[in-house]
Amino acid sequence: MATPTISLDRTDPYRPPTEHVRLQEDAPISWVQLADGRQMWVLTQHEDVRAMLADRRFSSDRRDPRHPSHQPYMGPDHRPGLIEMDAPDHTRVRRSVVGEFTVQKLAAWRPRIQEIVDASIDDMLAGPAETDLVQALSLPVPSAVIAELLGVPYADHDFFQDNSAEFVRAGATAEERGAAVGRLKAYIAELVQEKTKSPGEDLLSRQILAGTDPEEVVSLGFLLLIAGHETTANMISLSVATLLDRREHLAELRDNPERTVGAVEELLRYFTIAEIGAARLAIEDVEIGGVQIRAGEAVLGLTNTANRDPLVFPEPDELDFTRMARNHLAFGFGPHQCLGQNLARLELEIVLATLLRRIPTLRLAVPFTEIPFKEKGPNYGVYELKVAW
Amino acid sequence: MRITANQDRCVGAGQCVLVDPEAFDQNDADGTVIVLRPNPGTEPEIARAREAVNVCPGRTLALVEES
Ligand code: HEM
Ligand code: SF4
Repeated sequence: MATPTISLDRTDPYRPPTEHVRLQEDAPISWVQLADGRQMWVLTQHEDVRAMLADRRFSSDRRDPRHPSHQPYMGPDHRPGLIEMDAPDHTRVRRSVVGEFTVQKLAAWRPRIQEIVDASIDDMLAGPAETDLVQALSLPVPSAVIAELLGVPYADHDFFQDNSAEFVRAGATAEERGAAVGRLKAYIAELVQEKTKSPGEDLLSRQILAGTDPEEVVSLGFLLLIAGHETTANMISLSVATLLDRREHLAELRDNPERTVGAVEELLRYFTIAEIGAARLAIEDVEIGGVQIRAGEAVLGLTNTANRDPLVFPEPDELDFTRMARNHLAFGFGPHQCLGQNLARLELEIVLATLLRRIPTLRLAVPFTEIPFKEKGPNYGVYELKVAW
Repeated sequence: MRITANQDRCVGAGQCVLVDPEAFDQNDADGTVIVLRPNPGTEPEIARAREAVNVCPGRTLALVEES
């Protein structure tokens, strides 16, 4: 997943990487050579990134070694997951599952997500009045939600959560991470077998009943876990850190709780945590923003600078909870736009509203500038967030 | 003014429903769009229809002048 790209170093935690901003200012569309020698087009403006991501002549199939996200293990036998497919396979697989994530169906999850969030906050309040929010709330909430969505039985929740946590643990070695992935995949495979015998009322069972190939069901279950766990956790942590640092925004939300939905949308735009997700390979010649991109050339769309494009978001560096700019690219754009986006929105909204209401004295336990930010990609976030109340 | 939807392009992200739940819904089976109110009448309805067209990631929706 990790694609080395132009430097991700930044001088201001509230702004995209310095090199990304420089490119946007100096060379909005450019042919860039990376540290490892590879070359690719880099797009930085909103209109160009959207045009590229919506255009099916740019491929997500990473098996081609020229694809910017190609990994050595993706040989001819590699089975692409949903996120690595092109139409028509992509359309077929996505349509078989996206019905689980409609706005209406997710609305029914609200009470259960509220309970999960409340339980984590109960645990926080029962312990010492200082904790690492990443471990106490940001990571456990999304993994518990996905466990329920997939139909992981209660008895196995601890196993599922512990291994998901190990998979994303900051200090974990490649081996430890690999072992956790192995256990999770084996577990999901076993779960799929059991649900084949006695299906329940859950996403995996419905996939099996619809006749989806069991291997595809396992691959989907695992993708939903890895795509939705650390991403949502990073957004929770960054959002809380921002509110506790910029207290005027905290006060604004406390006085106007109905602005929480707008705050979530704006924080998604502001941080655009999937920093290098928009990588594609041109499979035909295409013109973007007046530039000819040739078949076989690699392209990277910088969604983080696109989301600070002043032509689309006036005063882009201002955090404005009333902006209601839904045309941001934090979830990508085009056929691969995040499948779990409305689940992520719901989790973020409930977490922020509940945390502010239940722990009104919450504050940072370390100065904002000393928070360890994740700057190495693939997703921006924080390793640890010490808070007190 | 009429909202058109090219179902083949719909990616089921539900952005249109977030913009205007009175004008759009999604099919339970495959998440694709259902246009509930194809003819926006008032100014705010037209403005929301324009926004839905703008944010739609599948470039599925269009707002056409009725002849
Ligand atoms: C704030 C949290 C999240 C962010 C910022 C995020 C971001 C993204 C982005 C940028 C993409 C597009 C990748 C591409 O174009 O190649 C994507 C795809 C995807 N996301 Fe998310 N995501 C989040 C949460 C979730 C959740 C909670 C789930 C599932 C429960 C999820 C599941 C997926 C899946 C399955 C895809 C692939 C869709 C496809 O290829 O058609 N994500 N996400
Ligand atoms: S926003 Fe566009 S792609 Fe998404 S459900 Fe609506 S019509 Fe389909």
